[in-house]
Amino acid sequence: MGEKRKISLTVNGKSYEEEVEVRFHLADFLRQQLGLTGTHLGCEHGVCGACTILMNGRSVRSCLMLAVQADGQELLTIEGIAPSEDEMHPLQEAFRDNHGLQCGFCTPGMLTTLLEFLDDNPDPTEEEVRIAISGNLCRCTGYQGIVAAALDAAQRLRDAKGA
Amino acid sequence: MSGWKVFGSRAKRLEDPALLRGQGQFVDDIKLNGMYHAAFVRSQQSHAKILNIDTKPALAIEGVKAVYSLEEFRPFLRNERLVVGLPSPSYKQELDRPALADNEVVYVGEPIAIVIADTRYVAEDAAAMVVVDYDILPAVSDCRSALDEGSTLAHTDAPHNVLAQFDMRYGDVETIFQNAPYIFKERIWQHRGGSHSIECRGALSFYDPIEDLVTLYSATQSAHTAKNILIDMLGLDENKVRVIIPDVGGGFGPKLVFYQEDVSVVLASKLLGKPVKWAEDRREHFISTTQERDQYWEAEIAVNKEGKILGLRGSMIHDHGAYTARGINLAFNSALIVSLPYEVPCYLMKVVLAVTNKVPVTPVRGAGHPQGIFVMERLLDRAARELGMDRSDIRSINLIKSDQLPYKKELKTRGDSPVILDSGDYLGCMEDALKKIDYYGFPSRQQKALKEGKYIGLGFANYVKGTGRGPFETVTIRIGPSGKISVYSGAAAMGQSTRTMLTQIVAEQLGGDLENINVVTGDSFVVPMGIGGSASRQTVTAGSSAFLAAREIRDKALKVAAHILEASEADLEINGQEIRVKGVPDLKVELGQVAHAVAGTPGYALPGGILPGMESTKNFMVDDLTFVNGTVAVEVEVDVETGKVTFRNYIIVHDCGKMVNPMIIDGQVIGGSAHGIGNALYEWMGYDEEAQPITTNFSEYLLLNAPEMPHIKLGHMESPTPLNPLGVKGVGECGVVAAPAAIISAIENALTPYRIYFDQSPLRPPEIVMKIKESMSLKSNK
Repeated sequence: MGEKRKISLTVNGKSYEEEVEVRFHLADFLRQQLGLTGTHLGCEHGVCGACTILMNGRSVRSCLMLAVQADGQELLTIEGIAPSEDEMHPLQEAFRDNHGLQCGFCTPGMLTTLLEFLDDNPDPTEEEVRIAISGNLCRCTGYQGIVAAALDAAQRLRDAKGA
Repeated sequence: MSGWKVFGSRAKRLEDPALLRGQGQFVDDIKLNGMYHAAFVRSQQSHAKILNIDTKPALAIEGVKAVYSLEEFRPFLRNERLVVGLPSPSYKQELDRPALADNEVVYVGEPIAIVIADTRYVAEDAAAMVVVDYDILPAVSDCRSALDEGSTLAHTDAPHNVLAQFDMRYGDVETIFQNAPYIFKERIWQHRGGSHSIECRGALSFYDPIEDLVTLYSATQSAHTAKNILIDMLGLDENKVRVIIPDVGGGFGPKLVFYQEDVSVVLASKLLGKPVKWAEDRREHFISTTQERDQYWEAEIAVNKEGKILGLRGSMIHDHGAYTARGINLAFNSALIVSLPYEVPCYLMKVVLAVTNKVPVTPVRGAGHPQGIFVMERLLDRAARELGMDRSDIRSINLIKSDQLPYKKELKTRGDSPVILDSGDYLGCMEDALKKIDYYGFPSRQQKALKEGKYIGLGFANYVKGTGRGPFETVTIRIGPSGKISVYSGAAAMGQSTRTMLTQIVAEQLGGDLENINVVTGDSFVVPMGIGGSASRQTVTAGSSAFLAAREIRDKALKVAAHILEASEADLEINGQEIRVKGVPDLKVELGQVAHAVAGTPGYALPGGILPGMESTKNFMVDDLTFVNGTVAVEVEVDVETGKVTFRNYIIVHDCGKMVNPMIIDGQVIGGSAHGIGNALYEWMGYDEEAQPITTNFSEYLLLNAPEMPHIKLGHMESPTPLNPLGVKGVGECGVVAAPAAIISAIENALTPYRIYFDQSPLRPPEIVMKIKESMSLKSNK
């Protein structure tokens, strides 16, 4: 067994104090130790983007970080996006309505990346959305449904704010 | 009928809510008590004898439970080889993969040993400590030189490097070519690359001693193939092995194959009495998951001066890789599809599958069809240019017209059934695509752009492709006393919305309530036989079986309800979970009550002499493929400095028969197109002269990103096939097959001023620039 450290962090609003092997990357820690398997691993070298999560509101590749580096941080994963068990986030609704997913494996990274992006840019163009997700690979959709979902979600979020 | 109509609607997918909340269950998400993790020791040599495997240093690491090579597995294997069982008379040798490498490794990435440990981290540490002594042998890298007299052998004990050889032919090729006024020849290199589902492969096995049952969770496209090979290799009874497909993060072909890793994980878990999981990483996917690679074609087209095709002949060398993991399907598909949309009076394609020291080649989405289409469309572009014809005219006069359908090609499928083009309007489809892209207005657009120093081009390509490969896919439907409708199928879901598709078909017959239907796919225990997800087949096969089973249950439910309600069957309708008398909403009975009435009560007869159970099993038998068609038309701009290709317009008009869910069909076609664009412009699985892979991560091997992907505009035509009760055809591969042909034609068209022509796919930006430079230096030398 490798060396372990104690870390404390918040994930999806819940506090954890865990002892973790120092060499565990953050995605493995989330998936294996916390049981949050919604974050997926597609390449483990930082290109595919499936493992993207938000740390203090900013997107990070959880395969390129060690778990110990998340000590004291606040994380959001796909499991924490929906406001409740009965209700989905407008971004999730838009993904379903616009066929923004097929196999669903890249979806966690797409959702977290777009959450951050739409927060920064609530009224994006199609081109801006495409650039925003240029670090996330999808092999199923050809991105078109994802782009449509992002634009639709932006509209829904603007409407909700205006209302 | 009531107001609902679910078949043909853009119903929201039933798969989505769990996936959007991170609640999917992919194989690597499954965690069992006491589970161990596996890592593989893989060959670093493309060809070598194994002199010794020293596992001691690995076993000394804390947390390591076992290391197995073939020697340790041998006593437990009834058959040491993974036998694929796709027969063909064209084989010249059998090259089935061993469970783990046996004395000789024949490709980089070939699994040699499996290491089992507490965690994947420790398993990988230990795998690195297993010492393999190699005696390095010369390797076969290029599939062409593999066929040279006296070539190095990819397997030292093989007689030669020919895996299989066949001629596909009809008509009097020799006489027609002898007398043809025009013959044009092209030499074409084509290459495709990996599947790269974002989820890599994975397997989790556990052994239950109470039931003496082996269970394998596998990210596979065919549970039953996996089950059958396990039975064969391990000598198990049919009821002692269960294969379950959990959520699968994309398949695209290679997950159809059963692998050495699958059987190794099963055996390791059985020997250790613990669950064992292996999750493939991306580097492993690059070097050990099957892929498509090189084909070298020489093809000639014979035409008369009006551009009418007289015949087509040629030869093709296909890189098969080191072992046979999926028959000869790929090369066969390539040769079979070439002529399909057109009237071609004679045809000869001489095909050789060459063994090389690389990972085995098997179908990737499109399965050899893009290559055959590329050859045909390149030859037509060439002939049009030489004859001074318009590219659309040469196609119009040669396309098979709708009034000629059904049209029997003088070709046979690999299962020896006839190739009969069943339905569609190929010419109408092409004309619609050309209209949508304003083909006839293009020359003035091109002139204008050229004046501004911009190189724009338009290209298009037609395809006709067989879908819905048989022989069947079972569907069982049951309604229980709960009133819930359960649908079981041998079909496999890996992202194509199979659950939603089957639900819509069943719901149309049984009450229209999608939420009341539960679909179970990919479990070898719930349906005894199955083929799985490949060849754009499941809507045709499983969809038709589901329709027939639902109809039978519907008839029975109405009969029982008529008995209970004392009404005439003709006056009844199913709405949601109840059956009611039309126009008398109060006169009704629940589906659950109807099911209960035929579920049996001891000593009481069933109503109306009906047979027990609200259940139906159907195997719709598919004899002939049903053929989809379409036209891809694209307008591009080529940056002559960098070779970058930008899409100005991308149109597909396609015909996949009746549409179960147009939203899902759009997604399939657009997604397939992305794969085709990647194949045309970016993807290349490289190997050096020693057959060492040189593109093993996503910065060396490029997948298409969102900014490079154009917004695709679709046109649907709907010619129902007469070959199945739903009139449906397959759609999963439609987007990919003609994309490279259309795109590369457009690039060539954009560079008309340079007079350069392309005979390859992929055509990557540096190659475009090089070709432009060559043409310019030729010019300046003149």
